[in-house]
Amino acid sequence: MGMRVDHHVVLDVRDKRKTVTILVDGKPVEAREGEPLLSALLAAGIKINRYTRRFHEPRGLFCAIGQCTDCAMVVNGQPNVRTCIVPAQDGMVVETQDGLTRKETNL
Amino acid sequence: MILEKDVVVIGAGPAGLAASIEAAKAGAGVLLVDLNLKAGGQLFKQIHKFFGSRAHYSGTRGYDIGRKLVREAESLKVDVWLQSTAVGVFPGNKVGIERILDGGVKKLYTVHGKAVIIATGASENAVCFKGWTRPGVMGAGAAQTMVNVNHVRPGKKIVMLGSGNVGLIVSYQLMQAGCDVLALVEAAPKIGGYAVHAAKISRAGVPIITSHTIVEALGDEKGTVRGAVIAKVDSHFQPISGTERTIECDTIAIAAGLRPVVDLTRLMNCASVFEPVFGGFIPLHNTDMETSVKGIYVAGDSTGVEEASVAMEEGRIAGTAAAQSLGYLSAAEAGKTKKLLWERVNSLRSGPFGERRLTAEKNLLEHFREEIREPQPEIMIGGLAHGAD
Repeated sequence: MGMRVDHHVVLDVRDKRKTVTILVDGKPVEAREGEPLLSALLAAGIKINRYTRRFHEPRGLFCAIGQCTDCAMVVNGQPNVRTCIVPAQDGMVVETQDGLTRKETNL
Repeated sequence: MILEKDVVVIGAGPAGLAASIEAAKAGAGVLLVDLNLKAGGQLFKQIHKFFGSRAHYSGTRGYDIGRKLVREAESLKVDVWLQSTAVGVFPGNKVGIERILDGGVKKLYTVHGKAVIIATGASENAVCFKGWTRPGVMGAGAAQTMVNVNHVRPGKKIVMLGSGNVGLIVSYQLMQAGCDVLALVEAAPKIGGYAVHAAKISRAGVPIITSHTIVEALGDEKGTVRGAVIAKVDSHFQPISGTERTIECDTIAIAAGLRPVVDLTRLMNCASVFEPVFGGFIPLHNTDMETSVKGIYVAGDSTGVEEASVAMEEGRIAGTAAAQSLGYLSAAEAGKTKKLLWERVNSLRSGPFGERRLTAEKNLLEHFREEIREPQPEIMIGGLAHGAD
């Protein structure tokens, strides 16, 4: 069972949006065009968005509405992008953030 | 370059939308900004039917109210900027807005609003047990957004902390989305929310464990949640050693109330007070919803956490008052509308919780009148918003 809600008693969860592909830490991940990046990541089972600057502790979804910044990642080379309020577009390059840069190259 | 607008409304939730609609209806040019991908605030995650009277949309699901408000704002030509964060409000009613344009380019704007309405809503309170920062620990509202708006489950096995209405309703909605809710943990000796919501949870077989709290979120090798350690609490809400037990889960949702988002009113040095009934520090306002700073208005949860129905009425009052201050409505017209709206707000503040809010609001308005300035004379007609006095 995937993490997407595919049937619901109240909500119409049929999704007519185009399926696009984003690149997460180098691996292709399917997303619905225009959904928050964070949704696509969760649907793919990715729960860690960033590591803290000093202690390198993992952080993930906490508020889901752009307030807390725990889901910030490096998107198309730009750090500190709140993935819960940024829409997924085909070909987006998303990287786990470590401190203020992407994980692999953190100094 | 500074853009000019009659009214700038910050936050497109129920309060901000209602404020924009009233101001635009009166003829004011309105700019409505919100940092999210769509307008409607938290209404779109409220898939349950509202309580109350027909005038307050009883029997209507939150997202239908949201759609109606968004359509109305659009038809009134309210200028809506989404993915636009108000990063500051500066003296002279200038609002700094960081707007994300197509292609992800960020651009900074300064917009001067003859009136500015701050409707920034609320944020969820955290409970800082050991391991509360692990991925998998989240606000109950965040979990609700994921299932009801984005249609993605935040996890499969969930433990909910807090049995107020948010904890109860979100537990039920997580089950509707196919999640397994293993337990609802409540520190108080009895359930906080309405019995009707609690009954739905109990009927579904979810244990509501009162006089208990979460003492630790356990992590797996990656650091994400693998379990919740709960313990019984004493009469001072302190965990009792030796009563710990572990519930294996991948998600812990925290429903411990909300607090008003007051960053912008603090920046403006709006006179504020601490009022627990309304969730914390809030800017004082008069019966026009105007703060101690002339031309700056507040509405909705950012001036006290209540329900969406109250937020909408407060937004309408602020929008009406702002339009009046700019000459779009006469004192007589606006006075009549505001009187009616205040009566509707007061009618929503009934019942044991509502009465407390009614009393608190009355004291805050009194405080404003005594310490800051007299309200405009026409608002005194009928002693509205001052209850029976």
